[in-house]
Amino acid sequence: MPDDLREGRIVIVGASLAGLRAAETLREEGFTGSLTVIGDEPHPPYDRPPLSKQVLLGRMAADSAALPMRRDPDAEWRLGVRATGLDPVGKQVLLADGESVTYDRLLIATGTRARPWPNADEAALDGVFTLRTRDDAGRLTKRLAAGPRRVLVIGGGFTGSEIASACRERGIEVTLAERGPGPLVGALGGTLSMLAAGLQRAHGVDLRCGVTVTALRGNGRFTGADLSDGSRIDADVCVVAMGAVRNTEWLAEAGLAAGPRGVACDAGCRAFNMYGIVTDDVFVAGDAARFPHPLFEYQMLSLEHWGNAVTQAEVAAHNMVSPEPARRPHLAVPVFWSSQFGLNIKSVGVPTFSDQVVIAQGSLDERRLVAVYGYRGRITAAVTVDMAKWLEYYQGLIETAAPFPPGPGAADGRPLVAAFPVPSNVPDPKGLFHGPTVALTGHLPDRRLTVVRPAD
Amino acid sequence: MQIVVDLTRCQGYAQCVFLAPEVFELHGEEALLYNPAVPDDQLDRVRQAATACPVQAILLGKEVSAGAR
Repeated sequence: MPDDLREGRIVIVGASLAGLRAAETLREEGFTGSLTVIGDEPHPPYDRPPLSKQVLLGRMAADSAALPMRRDPDAEWRLGVRATGLDPVGKQVLLADGESVTYDRLLIATGTRARPWPNADEAALDGVFTLRTRDDAGRLTKRLAAGPRRVLVIGGGFTGSEIASACRERGIEVTLAERGPGPLVGALGGTLSMLAAGLQRAHGVDLRCGVTVTALRGNGRFTGADLSDGSRIDADVCVVAMGAVRNTEWLAEAGLAAGPRGVACDAGCRAFNMYGIVTDDVFVAGDAARFPHPLFEYQMLSLEHWGNAVTQAEVAAHNMVSPEPARRPHLAVPVFWSSQFGLNIKSVGVPTFSDQVVIAQGSLDERRLVAVYGYRGRITAAVTVDMAKWLEYYQGLIETAAPFPPGPGAADGRPLVAAFPVPSNVPDPKGLFHGPTVALTGHLPDRRLTVVRPAD
Repeated sequence: MQIVVDLTRCQGYAQCVFLAPEVFELHGEEALLYNPAVPDDQLDRVRQAATACPVQAILLGKEVSAGAR
């Protein structure tokens, strides 16, 4: 490896949001060596959030969501070819077409894919879809435009709820089946799940919670599904929205700490090997990464958030071309958003890292509110519904570990609407169809190395 | 030209909706929908919108062209 980190060969595996932003940042930071970006989809980097919103509504074509570049990263784009393996000793990425690419430093940004329906024969029925790629969105939109009698959505997470929302807006009958007690409960807990359930029913969604789908029926073509409560849903389209699977299988022989929860890395985005020793030349960013966050007791976070893909890619790229003392930690507070049934839901912090929740502004009845989450007496998250301008304020409280519940007048001078915090009721993700957007798993042993300012 | 709006940052001020209503629209009170592929005749308006955005959430640029090096 050249002594100068701004030279040499860098390979990025993953040509979506994180891969693109990392490539741009490498050049911004003065990297002058060769840069190769490998992507398994044949398309240049595109934006995924519109796929479950504008695209399904028919307001834009699925193939028109290409991401703009901040600058041309002057990279070689190897698109439409999957990375199948990694040789960490020979420093090579192995490709599905039999070729290999040599690197001095590697960034893993392979993200996630839609979790498929577990029964392959049933999943192959015509009319059964998942939604992750622009090709998925194109196919599903075409089918929705043909005017199906009813759509069955399996899974009440953000994607499933957004799909149900788009269907209702198009006037299509929808049944949403969720194994857990309510939609969005895995990401937002019980209180906001009640709001989401009321919202769905008010918009005409046939919402079935606490049930599983036991079989998809059809003879070549999907015709309906059996539920665990003995009922049967007749539908001609089924969308499986059961969360995401991290694309880490290609690293099985790479000797890295890679598995179903992602690739473990340090706060500087350097991947751990299987012994928990940090590597110097393999970095990871975006949905595929698992990293420790000081604000959340150094638990390893895996985030499927647009904003995290960007900020983590920027930190990873910076650290790939910077010597040790100049390296930065990835400490951004997680933020995500969803729009469904005409509402804008935004979250800051980690709502699942909570034991209590209080509605600090607005109310469930108004469908306009700020819910503040606490864990052992400090604020760890806030979720706004149509009150996005408040998000920054609560982010400040999270970053300074402000006490929970927020005092009267903490936000807009009004007394807290719900005077008493209630349990946040974040369920065990095992009981849900949809995975939580944030997964909290385990601790890191090096917490003493980071200084955290006490709340007082 | 393509745009992407950083909806992590967007606070629903809707300046873009006033300046380029054919590209940006509000869905409900503050959820922003937009068309990422900007028609040529909307470019000036989208540039104004990007400049006017109070939280600077709109990025305008070229897409990666396939086969680029």
